[in-house]
Amino acid sequence: MADPTEPHTDEPARTHADSTPARRGETAPEGGKKEPGLLGQLFAPVAGFGVTFGTMFRKVPTQEYPEVKRPTAPRFHGRHQLNRHPDGLEKCVGCELCAWACPADAIYVEGADNTDDARFSPGERYGRVYQINYLRCIFCGLCIEACPTRALTMTNEYELADSERAPLIYEKHQLLAPLRPDMLTPPFPMAEGMEERDYYRGKVTGATRGQQDYVEQRDARRDEPDADADADAAQVEARS
Amino acid sequence: MSLLTAYPEVLASVPLVAQDLPAADFSDTPWWLSLFKAFLLFVYVMISVVIVIWFERRVIGRMQQRPGPNRLGPLGILQTTADGIKLFLKEDVTPKGADKLMFYAAPLIVASLAFVSFAIIPLGGDVQMFGHTTPLQLTDTPVAVLLVLAVAGVSAYGFVLAGWSSGSTYPLLGGLRSTAQVISYEIAMGLSLVAVFLYAGSMSTSQIVEAQQQSTVLGIPLWYIVPLFFSFVVYVITMIGETNRLPFDLAEGEGELGGGFHTEYSSMKFGMFFLGEYINMFTVSALATTLFLGGWHAPWPLNVLFDGALDSGWWGLLWFTAKMWGFIFFYVWVRGSLPRVRYDQFMALGWKILIPLSLVWVVAVMLIRSAQEGYFGEGRWVTVLTLGGIGVFVLIGILLWDRYAQRRAAAREEAQEVPEEIDPFADGYPVPPMPGQRLVEPRPAVEQARPVTVAAGHRDGDDPGTDRTTEEERRG
Repeated sequence: MADPTEPHTDEPARTHADSTPARRGETAPEGGKKEPGLLGQLFAPVAGFGVTFGTMFRKVPTQEYPEVKRPTAPRFHGRHQLNRHPDGLEKCVGCELCAWACPADAIYVEGADNTDDARFSPGERYGRVYQINYLRCIFCGLCIEACPTRALTMTNEYELADSERAPLIYEKHQLLAPLRPDMLTPPFPMAEGMEERDYYRGKVTGATRGQQDYVEQRDARRDEPDADADADAAQVEARS
Repeated sequence: MSLLTAYPEVLASVPLVAQDLPAADFSDTPWWLSLFKAFLLFVYVMISVVIVIWFERRVIGRMQQRPGPNRLGPLGILQTTADGIKLFLKEDVTPKGADKLMFYAAPLIVASLAFVSFAIIPLGGDVQMFGHTTPLQLTDTPVAVLLVLAVAGVSAYGFVLAGWSSGSTYPLLGGLRSTAQVISYEIAMGLSLVAVFLYAGSMSTSQIVEAQQQSTVLGIPLWYIVPLFFSFVVYVITMIGETNRLPFDLAEGEGELGGGFHTEYSSMKFGMFFLGEYINMFTVSALATTLFLGGWHAPWPLNVLFDGALDSGWWGLLWFTAKMWGFIFFYVWVRGSLPRVRYDQFMALGWKILIPLSLVWVVAVMLIRSAQEGYFGEGRWVTVLTLGGIGVFVLIGILLWDRYAQRRAAAREEAQEVPEEIDPFADGYPVPPMPGQRLVEPRPAVEQARPVTVAAGHRDGDDPGTDRTTEEERRG
């Protein structure tokens, strides 16, 4: 067949004699595919019935999704998470690199200074406001690559649908990793004798006695209906 | 026929195989019991329809490697109920251009006539009901099977009226298709049934069922699927055509007609068509069971076990239902396997293949039956000779047909020439090629720079005639 879409260079040279052996070869037994036997040829017109009948006994690959959730791939890009140091302090330092890296402009960060009264992360700064807009997020993971402290990672959670827009802007308290049993709720001071860099060197492995005492005293003070502690408590509540 | 009229003594000398009258005995059936049986039949059919809609979707789901409906009830069995409720609650739209009376009447015709044919189907043997012995069959007549054909013919009115009264294009086309389909396939169906009548010597369904119980050896009943296999095949093809089911659902081809005759129907009026279509499936399946698969009688090893205890009374209902559902499964299987055929292919199959072959087959069956019944004279060799004669005749026919087909193919090859090429954009806008013309094929941009040598380039490979010759050579 002189197919004009096919780029041949020797079109006039292509003759009938050339094309015939090639075509013969297609149906020849040595052409790769096995010639069906007599029975196969006889039932060839209705072979499709065999296909459908056989399919009935094959495994159904359908996932019964809402009832049975199949685990994702381990590195699936799901909802973000703001991680914590082993004692419970936040890893986020409010540097906004994630927000800068984000190609969809989905992340909003406002940093603030840690003070001696209210320390949320080791070091100078912490992320006071942290929002991820899941209406914009494309789950590319560039924010994770940008994060200098490993504060931001992604989980495997993918059920991020809503019928309204506002709940899809996740706030810091929704993104923060849950406290493990040995962790304390910030704000509290760094572990005794440690400084910021020790946290990143892995020297802090959990909350120390002093930190626990501090948090206990802090919580006790907050529970009292005391005038000067009230302001503290309000601040704590607003930030955690 | 002339043989019988010319020699009436031949006719008189040979006893007919069976009585023409129904074998079922309705003498002990009072009118109220008939009414009750009619009600039971209605329930039986309705439950079957409810189950089959679910069954079809489940099975076709499995055939497509998906679970099918599984949300409502165990295995999704309540799906049909939900669909029915949905149909009830939907808005019932009547188009402005519709002919109101006919628009309302059409679904009623289809749905109500669908039930009628079931009246003559024997669902089982004699049973005890309220102290009366009565067959599990509503009624029977000496021409019972003709009634089924007649009812099918009348219900074609439902489809054509629905299409016409909608006052819309696609329904009209669908209705016309449906009518043409039902009528042309009813011819082949009737011819396939003629062979059964010739064997059974009756058109009464109960008599046909009894005639199939004449056993050969070991009590194996000779169901008509064996001697009349060709009729069975033709019947199965035509029953799919008759019920407008895939691959013959041209009357409601969604891709072509947007739903066909029921495009404009909604709510329960559509539900009526839906119901009628599924009941028709059961009707033709039940008829196939009755005519070819021994009706309500048990399959072989079971019909002789326990002195035939499994082959009488209410057991018949079980065997009958099982056989009928076999056909239903086949319906679903066909739907899962085959795509819709083109309309002209469908008609060609009906008129050019099924009807002529059925005619030849009926004549052959007629000759065989005449030989068996002794119309061609006594002797054991008469039947064999008749069979041989038919065989020779068929062989000659095949040879003649083959020669004719070969000559026609050769003539077509001769007539084939390279069509004239036209430039579709000659007048500034594209035009399709006329028969015998060919388009200048678009060429890749690289080749456009070169001078086009159309005639030399195309003649070698483009001639389909030469290809076919090589095909023939290889085969021969």
